[in-house]
Amino acid sequence: MSTPVVSISGLSHSYGALTVLHELSLDIGPGEYVVLLGPSGSGKTTLLSILGGFLQPTRGQVLIGGRDCTRMPPARRPTTTVFQDYALFPHMSVGANVAFGPRMNGVNRAERARQARETLALVGLEQAFDKKPHQLSGGQRQRVALARALVMKPKLLLLDEPLGALDLGLRRQMQDELKGIQKRVGTAFVHVTHDQEEAMALADLLLVMQDGRIVDQGDPERVYTRPSTRFSATFMGENTLIEAEVTGVEGSLAMIKTPLGTLRLDRPGARLGKAAITVRPENMRLGAAPAGTVSFGAGTIAESVFQGSYRKAVVQSDSGQHIVLKLAADEPAGIGSRVELHAEPRHVGLLPG
Amino acid sequence: MRPETIRPRNLAAARPLRHDRDIAMTDAKLNWRTFLLVGPAALFTVLFFVVPLAAMVAVSFTAGGAASLDNYRHFLTQPSYVKALVNSLEVTLIVTAISVVVAYPLAWVLAERVPERWQRAALMLTILPFWTSYVVRSYSWLLLLAERGVVNRALMATGLLDQPLQLANTRAATVIGFVHFFVMLLTLTIYANFKQLSPSYRKAAADLGAGGVQTFLHVVLPLTLPGIMVGAFLTFVLAIGDYVTPQLLGGSNELLMPQLVIQQIGRRADLPLAAALSLILMLVISIAYLACARWLKLDRT
Amino acid sequence: MKRLIDLLAGLYALLAYGFIYLPIVVLVLFSFQASRFPLPPFTGPSLRWYGEVLGDAKFTHAMLNSAVLGVVSSAVAVLLGFLAAYGCARMRGGMGNTVRALLIAPLSVSYLIIGMGLVVLFNAVGVPKSLFAVGVGHVVINLPLCFAILYSQMNDNIIRLEQAARDLGAKEWQVLALVVAPVLWPALVASFVLSLTLSWDEFLIAFLLTRFETTLPVEIWTLLRSGLNPKANAIGAIVFGVSVVMVVLAELAIFGRGKKQKS
Repeated sequence: MSTPVVSISGLSHSYGALTVLHELSLDIGPGEYVVLLGPSGSGKTTLLSILGGFLQPTRGQVLIGGRDCTRMPPARRPTTTVFQDYALFPHMSVGANVAFGPRMNGVNRAERARQARETLALVGLEQAFDKKPHQLSGGQRQRVALARALVMKPKLLLLDEPLGALDLGLRRQMQDELKGIQKRVGTAFVHVTHDQEEAMALADLLLVMQDGRIVDQGDPERVYTRPSTRFSATFMGENTLIEAEVTGVEGSLAMIKTPLGTLRLDRPGARLGKAAITVRPENMRLGAAPAGTVSFGAGTIAESVFQGSYRKAVVQSDSGQHIVLKLAADEPAGIGSRVELHAEPRHVGLLPG
Repeated sequence: MRPETIRPRNLAAARPLRHDRDIAMTDAKLNWRTFLLVGPAALFTVLFFVVPLAAMVAVSFTAGGAASLDNYRHFLTQPSYVKALVNSLEVTLIVTAISVVVAYPLAWVLAERVPERWQRAALMLTILPFWTSYVVRSYSWLLLLAERGVVNRALMATGLLDQPLQLANTRAATVIGFVHFFVMLLTLTIYANFKQLSPSYRKAAADLGAGGVQTFLHVVLPLTLPGIMVGAFLTFVLAIGDYVTPQLLGGSNELLMPQLVIQQIGRRADLPLAAALSLILMLVISIAYLACARWLKLDRT
Repeated sequence: MKRLIDLLAGLYALLAYGFIYLPIVVLVLFSFQASRFPLPPFTGPSLRWYGEVLGDAKFTHAMLNSAVLGVVSSAVAVLLGFLAAYGCARMRGGMGNTVRALLIAPLSVSYLIIGMGLVVLFNAVGVPKSLFAVGVGHVVINLPLCFAILYSQMNDNIIRLEQAARDLGAKEWQVLALVVAPVLWPALVASFVLSLTLSWDEFLIAFLLTRFETTLPVEIWTLLRSGLNPKANAIGAIVFGVSVVMVVLAELAIFGRGKKQKS
């Protein structure tokens, strides 16, 4: 990538004997929408606090815009944060809230009012300029918090579970808006969430964190379909996991021995030894394997539960595997039916260890 | 457990569980019960608060047994009486101002500078003297400020004075006595206000470029102002109606309203006048309340 | 810069605490005065005045009066406040608001006014000055507090418990006594203790409404009319000491229980 706007190297953080971040390294490109996804305790909020300057890491370096910002306080850092509870100053109007940052930077009254209006227009709340925060709805307050952060034209915008307090419908709507705004302003965003659907909808770069480590990173589609660790395979929705072994590597081809037979998959960087293969339920297909697909053998449908738009089914394969898949809602095959299963090679994930 | 043993205690009384929150309104049978519950307290309040107040108003408009405006006229025409009200207002405002100015920094230190573990203990320490009897505490200041008291002795011993100052039986003594009490009270209320402040506000201000002083001026101070106003109002109301401190510490040179009221009962047994004076005081308090009303709204977002 | 602020902060706190504790220190110190006047120089230590106070029937009697008055009036205030809070929680709309406003009203009025009102009323109907009259006055000032505290505790949780109890066949008084009261126990205790504290130390209403049987604050006041007296120091120190011990015990009890619940 072109010069990264954020570069983290060897970042560790401990509270006494408890280490919450282990040797993290990461590069974020300009204009990239990065999402940190993980359960509570994964260290994602700690990482965000360190990026924002609210916490100083015990080891490591944070470079923002090419400058070493590791020990820089939030006020001097080219980052702004949208807090989980928005933290809009209740005694100031919306306009005054958004103009607060420029005011702290010595911008005169007329100019900062103009900047505030401009940024509020960006989030669609120009008419709320004179209102007080308590007069706005949750979604509107969220947008004001965003405007307040954006008006500072930061190199990096940090969002701490910004949509957590909103109900489902509103959350989906705000996700679209966030993505749209980010594209328009072109600022790099780092967004923390535990909601995997939100993560996949928003991210250009998805980082899955567990116990203070980045266990998977990349394009959301790749991370979802072909996860590279057991954790990210099972954290983000259901998955079929079959124990396997890589018995041979020829160039970029890997020879994988499984209870269902031997597979040959194009997986550059595969290493010999214990492994697992994964297939997402929606990518598993019924029927004999056509040429060029991977066969998953035959088995019996053990469970089939109606879920509205699909049926969730579990097949007990003849070789003893549990295979999870999605069937059409009106699929005639039911419990006890004999089926054959297959999947496209690009939908098969290979995990080490 | 066998099914037969599971039985509601009283089949007739077992009603379907309704999740309706207006159960009290819809079930007519409950209404007389509600009356029974609330009745005693309401009746008591009416009998021993509302009726006495009404009686006081009635009595204040009598003199020598007959209806008359004499008491109020007396108040307005007697310069010493009006002076008492003016004194009360002056003293109370001074006390409120000084107490807030002294208590706010202390509350700030307690909330911001004392480590979390010790805050509870430090707070307890601050308000411990509350537990001396109020009368005795004012008396202690008399001890301190007396001609041969500790303060004078100390000042003379260090050579700052040759002769003892007249500290007791002055307005200054009253003010000091009041301030001592209200600094403790206000520290408590302002501290509570500080603790309620979400740390996100400070972080947000810092994030947007505000330094320590700026954060304090633009964020912390405005957001703790309502707490200050509530505390100040409380101080005003309690101080202006207090008899003990001015009587013990202020001496008889300058009278405040409560002293005037008690004087009418004691020496002159003039209940109507005392009633009138009390009501005038109550009026002043009500005016103060209306002036501060917008700060005292109990439900704030 | 931060160190300077910390230094100033510490200094300020020290001065403030000094100011707050100065009268207490002087009070307690001179309670051990051997000579007649509680003024410097300090001629103690002596327990002479403690002896005189504890041997003086007037004071021990007044202490007892204050205690009994406090307990009884607080109990009445808590009981009435509890029933009213419970009942009010089920009243919606205009009626409920009016009752609530009525019950809270005395909080906004000076003790002087409340006391004066009762003086006028009792004078008119011929109720003599007595501890009973003071008791009434103390309930008037404490009832709104108890009501406010207990009413704020009446939330949906309580209503659900109430409904569950009724569903299982409990009669109204059983719901109150066996379900609601135990659940609200901490608030009930807190209201009682608060009322007791306020009643115990209350001077003005007691002063206005007693003649022969008095409470401790009034007795102390009478003593003070005749000038500075180390007996007052002794009483003050005793009251302070007892209160401090009770507060510390209460803290340990609550704090200790809190700790146990955590582990």
